[in-house]
Amino acid sequence: KHLGFVWGPGDILVYETIYKASGGCPFVHEVRKDEDIYSPILRKLFNESHHIFVGLQRIREDLPSKNKKPQFVSISKNYRSVIRACMEELQQVAGIPSLSTLKGFISMMSHLSLWCKQNFNIFCTLFVVCDPLAGSLVLHLLDWVRLHKADVDEKAREVLASESPAEHQAYWDVPGETQTLTEFDVKWRHWREEVDHCLQDQSFASNRHLEDICKILVGDEDVLLEYKELLSTWYHFLVTRLLFSHPTVKPTELHYYAQSSMHMFLDTRSVPEPLDSILLAAFEFDIHQVIKDCSIALNNWWFVGHLTDLLDHCKLLQSHNLHFGSNLREFLLLEYASGLFTHHSLWQLAVDYFDHCPEFGRVYLELQIERVPLDTERKALKVIRICEQRQMTEQVRSICKIMAKKALRNNRLGSALSWSIRAKDAAFATLISERFLQDYCAKGTFSDLDLIDNLGPAMLLSDRLTFLGKYREFHRLYGEKRFSDAAKLLLSLMTAKIAPHSFWMTLLTDALPLLEQKEVIFSADQTHELMFCLEELTSGKSVPTPDRPMQVLGYTPPYPLSNVCFPFNLLIHCFIICSNLYSCLARG
Amino acid sequence: MDGINAKYVSKKISKTRWRPVSSSSLQQPDIFATGSWDNEDNSISIWSIGENGVSSMDDEFEGDPQLLCEYKHNGDVLDLQFLDQDRIVTASSTGAVTIFRHHHNSQTLSVSQLWERAHHYPCNNAPCTGVVCNSPEIVTVGEDGRIMLFRADQEGVLRTIEMADSSAIHAVTFLRTTEILTVNSIGQLKLWDFRQPGNEPSQILSLTGDRVPLHCVDRHPNQQHIVATGGQDGMLCIWDVRQGNMPISLMEAHTSEMWEVHFHPSNPGHLFSCSEDGSLLHWETSSNTDTPSLQGNRIKLLIISRSAIAPAGGNQSLINAWLTGDSSKGHLETTHMLPSQMLSVNSLDVLGQCLVCGTDGEAIYVNRYVPI
Repeated sequence: KHLGFVWGPGDILVYETIYKASGGCPFVHEVRKDEDIYSPILRKLFNESHHIFVGLQRIREDLPSKNKKPQFVSISKNYRSVIRACMEELQQVAGIPSLSTLKGFISMMSHLSLWCKQNFNIFCTLFVVCDPLAGSLVLHLLDWVRLHKADVDEKAREVLASESPAEHQAYWDVPGETQTLTEFDVKWRHWREEVDHCLQDQSFASNRHLEDICKILVGDEDVLLEYKELLSTWYHFLVTRLLFSHPTVKPTELHYYAQSSMHMFLDTRSVPEPLDSILLAAFEFDIHQVIKDCSIALNNWWFVGHLTDLLDHCKLLQSHNLHFGSNLREFLLLEYASGLFTHHSLWQLAVDYFDHCPEFGRVYLELQIERVPLDTERKALKVIRICEQRQMTEQVRSICKIMAKKALRNNRLGSALSWSIRAKDAAFATLISERFLQDYCAKGTFSDLDLIDNLGPAMLLSDRLTFLGKYREFHRLYGEKRFSDAAKLLLSLMTAKIAPHSFWMTLLTDALPLLEQKEVIFSADQTHELMFCLEELTSGKSVPTPDRPMQVLGYTPPYPLSNVCFPFNLLIHCFIICSNLYSCLARG
Repeated sequence: MDGINAKYVSKKISKTRWRPVSSSSLQQPDIFATGSWDNEDNSISIWSIGENGVSSMDDEFEGDPQLLCEYKHNGDVLDLQFLDQDRIVTASSTGAVTIFRHHHNSQTLSVSQLWERAHHYPCNNAPCTGVVCNSPEIVTVGEDGRIMLFRADQEGVLRTIEMADSSAIHAVTFLRTTEILTVNSIGQLKLWDFRQPGNEPSQILSLTGDRVPLHCVDRHPNQQHIVATGGQDGMLCIWDVRQGNMPISLMEAHTSEMWEVHFHPSNPGHLFSCSEDGSLLHWETSSNTDTPSLQGNRIKLLIISRSAIAPAGGNQSLINAWLTGDSSKGHLETTHMLPSQMLSVNSLDVLGQCLVCGTDGEAIYVNRYVPI
C-alpha cells in the first residue's frame, strides 16, 4: 500500500492507494498541521491579540519616540496580560477531571502558553522595556521572575521577614529614580560588608538556616545551588545570583552570567531544551536568533508574528530583505494570517493582518477572500463589504455573480437583481430581464410584479431592464385605461430603441387593441411611425425618414421568426394601420 | 466608572437578546441568550450577569457574564427571540425554526419543537432570516421570500404566504397583533394583514431614490405606525406607515450595513443601532431646541476591557431632528458606545438600563448603566 497526498492551504489531504483502478480505499483524510487555532481557549487569545495588534498599527508614525515608548510598553503589557489570562484558563481546564481525555492536549497547551508567556515577558523586558544604559536591569529581571514564581517570593518574604530589620532596611533601599547607580553601588557594598562581617563573626552559627540565608545574601553560589528545587530553573538561579552578587550588572554582561548560570545549574547529563537556547540568545540580545529559534520550536506563527511586529515598531529589528521580497515582519505576519484564513471563523481576523503588510498583503487577501465559502446572504454581504472597502472590484463582481446565479437557479429573480445592482453588473441585469420577458411571453403575465413595479433608479442599470420597467408601465397604463399615454409610451419604446428588435412583434401586437378602439388613439404622425417600425422590422433596414412612401409588403423577412403566422399577422397589421390612418385623415 | 466589559467567547456572535423581565417588577434584566454563527458547531447559550448593585471598583471583572448553559444549533443562528420566560425561538441558516426550552432548575436547554424545512427552495434549503413572536404565535421570514405563521405547541403550519417577495426578506416586526411589517433586499417595506386572505401585501413602501437592501426594522413601542429601518448604506430611516411613500426622516448613521435597530422599550426617546463598521450608536432625542451646540459637547466614552486601548471618544450631533411622532422638533444626539477598531457588531438588545451586544470579534459586551 502507498500513501498519496496533496498540499492544501493549511493542511494535507492524504489517501491510501494501491495504484490500481479498483479495490482501493475510498477515504480521503484531512491532516491539519495546526491544531491550535481550533482550541476554544486559544481562540480568545487570537481575538484579543488581534485587537491589540490593530491598535498598535494605528499608533501614529509621526509621534516622537519618547511619546511612543510608553505606548509600546503598554502594548507589550496588554499582550502579556492576554497570554496570562489564556494560560490561567488552560490551567483551570486542565484541573477538571471530566476532561481527562483531553488532559494530554491541555497540558501541552498549558505548557506551550506558559512558555509563550515567559518568553514574551522576557523579550519584552529585555528589548522593549529596558533602557540599555540604565542600571535597573536586575530589577526588571526580578519582576520577570516574580511573575512566574509568586509563591516562592511569598515564602522568601516570610523567611526574610523574620530576620533582623536593620540589615534588610538598607538592602531594600533599592535604586529608584532619585539615586544614581554609583550611589547605590556604594551603599550595597557597604551593606554587603556588614553581612559578611556577621558571617565571619559566627553570629548565626547557632541556626543553620539563618546562616544559610546570610550566605545567600552575600551571594554564595554553592549554598544557592543547594536550594535547587526552590529555584526550579537555571534562569531563576541566574537572577538570584545577580541580585545578590552583581546587582548593578549591565545588559552587555548579562549573557556571560547566563551561560555560566546555566552550566552551574544543569547537570552535565541533561540536554538543554529549546527554551534554554532561546533564552540564551535573548540574553545576548540576538533578536534574529531568538525569532529563528522560536519559529522552529513552535507550530503556530502567532508568537513570532506578534513579537516581531512589536519589535519592528520599536525599531529594534534591522530590516533586511529576504530572498522573496518582503521583510521578516511581513513574512511572519503573512504566514500567520494565511493560517488563520484556513479557519472557518477566524478568517475575518486575518484580513486586518493582511492590511498591514504593505507589500504582499493585498495580493494574499485577493487570492484568499474568494475562497471563503458563502452559505448565507449575510456572510456574502460581509465578504463583499471587506472587498469594497479595499477597492477590490473584481472580487466584488465575482462574489455578486456567484450569489446572483445561485438566486437565479432558485428562481429568486428579485434577489438576483439585487445582487446585480450591488455589483453594478449590467450584463447580469440584462440576463435577468430576459428571464422576466421570457416568462411573460410564455405565461402571458408578469411574475414578481412587486419587483418590476418598484424598480426605481435601478432601472437604468441596463437597457433591457429599463425596457422591462417601461413595458410593465405600459401594461399598467393600459389597465388604468389611460390609452393615449399607453400608446405614446409604446411607440417611444420602439422609436427610442429601448425595446430589443426581437420584442417589436410583441409590441406591435400590443398596439392592435389600441388601434381597434372606437376612438382614435394614435395620431396620424404616430400611425406613420408605427408603420415605419413595422417596415423596419420586416425589412431589417435602418430607420426610415418620415417622408418615405409606404411600401407594399409581400416578401418574407430576411431573418427567422418563431411565429408561424408571421406573414398573416403582418397583413393584419398593415390593414389595421391603414384603416386607422384613413380614419385619422378622414377626421382631418 | 460606568463601563463596558468585553467577554471573549470563542464564537462569533450573531444575536443577543435579554430575557424579558415582568413589566411589574422594577428589576434590571440579568439573563441573556446568544446565538453564534460561522462556526463548525454553532450553539445557543444562556448567560447570567449575576447580582446587580454590587459595585466594587477594584474588581474589573465584576459583572462578567457567566455561562449558564449551551446547546448545539444546526446552522447559523440568524435570529433569536424569547417566546416567554422559558422558551427561545431561533431561525437557522438551514431553514429550520426551533423552540428551545430553558430549564431553570437544572440549568439546561432542550429542544421543545422543531420545524425543519420552514423555509426552502424547490430543491434545497433556504435560510430563515427573521423571527418575531407574540406568544403563542410565531412569524418567520426567509430568503425564499415566504412568510410563515406558526403557533407554539402546535405542530404544522398555521398559515403560509407563498411568493410574498421575489427577493430575500431580511427582517420582520409586528405592527399590531394581526399586522406585520417586513423589509427585503430590494429596499421595500411591506405591510401584511393576517386577517386578509391571499398573498398580497396591504401596502408597499420604499424610498424614491436609490433602493438599498434593508436589514432591520423596529416599531416604536408606543406608536404603532412609526417604524425605524436600517440597511446596507448605514442610513437610519424613520417611517410613518400611514403617510405613504416618504420616510419622516433619513439620517446618516453608519459607514456600512446597519444590522440592528432598537427603540428602547420603555423610553422610546432613545434608539440604538449597530453596524458592520464596528460601532454601536445611542441616539437620544431631547426637547431642548435652543442650544444644540452645548448638548453636542457631551463626550461619553467609556470602555473597560482587559486589553483594549482607550480610543478617543466621539460624539456627533446631527443635522436633522428626529420626530418622535408627535411633531415636536427636537435635537438629536448620538454617542458611540464601544471602542473603535472593532469588528462588526452584529446584534444588540436593550432593556431597562442594560445593554448587551455581540460582535464578530467573538466578544460580548454588557453595559449595565446605560444613561436613559
